[in-house]
Amino acid sequence: MTWLLVIAGAAVGAPLRYLTDRAVQARHDSVFPWGTFTVNVSGCLVLGLLTGAAARGAASSDLQLLIGTGLCGALTTYSTFSYETLRLAQSGARFMAFANVAGSLLAGLGAAYAGTALAHAFWG
Amino acid sequence: MIHWSVRSDRTSGVAAPPREAGGGRPPVLRGQGPTVAVVALGGALGASARYGAALAWPTGPDAFPWTTLLVNTLGCTVIGVFLVLVTEVWAPHPLLRPFFGTGVLGGFTTFSTATVEVQRLIDHGAPARGLAYLAATVLAALTSVWIAAGLTRRLLGRRVG
Repeated sequence: MTWLLVIAGAAVGAPLRYLTDRAVQARHDSVFPWGTFTVNVSGCLVLGLLTGAAARGAASSDLQLLIGTGLCGALTTYSTFSYETLRLAQSGARFMAFANVAGSLLAGLGAAYAGTALAHAFWG
Repeated sequence: MIHWSVRSDRTSGVAAPPREAGGGRPPVLRGQGPTVAVVALGGALGASARYGAALAWPTGPDAFPWTTLLVNTLGCTVIGVFLVLVTEVWAPHPLLRPFFGTGVLGGFTTFSTATVEVQRLIDHGAPARGLAYLAATVLAALTSVWIAAGLTRRLLGRRVG
């Protein structure tokens, strides 16, 4: 049962990442990987919210498996993030590579804290 | 340049595109059925493997999250090998890259769990451990993808040359 929750969440999260990346990349000409940045930061926001809700007893362990381990886990990615950073660095866009790493880590952590703050506002 | 604005999505509906033709379907979705399906399947497989690793090697709430670190490092190593192979060496079936790269490896590795683990360590009175974990993850990820891609390229270059 727990596996089915993870599978169901991931079967939504991974295509959502793929389609978000396509939608975001189609809207700009920059080499900066805004698509992966967007899904990673969004996933941190949702997981922060979920973790905050769970800490206040407002999210069951099933919901954490479905949305946290499954959906957010598959929506966000470290492998594509690091490969895109490598590509930027090796194509001479070293500042972009650095900005991608620093920006993703800072925005991700900020989004996780924002999610927890939202959970605090919603569920005290 | 392809555009599908938020406004037109609201009127046409991304989730339920007009059935009579593909004409109203945003370009981002058009013809993407098979790719979306293999990304979903791959993502489910990758996430299951990550969940299995978390069950096999659980780390406590205040402990250094070794399991996620190793999962992410492994996924970055494999993507370095895989993407050099499919972009520089070999032209596989067009669905292999979305299935394995976007789906399996994307579902296996996770940015959100790694980030929330940093937050948890900071909030549980172990900020130094949290920041060490953050730095270790990003260094291991970037180093492993760099070495894996470089080694793959070098080994194949030798074979070809």
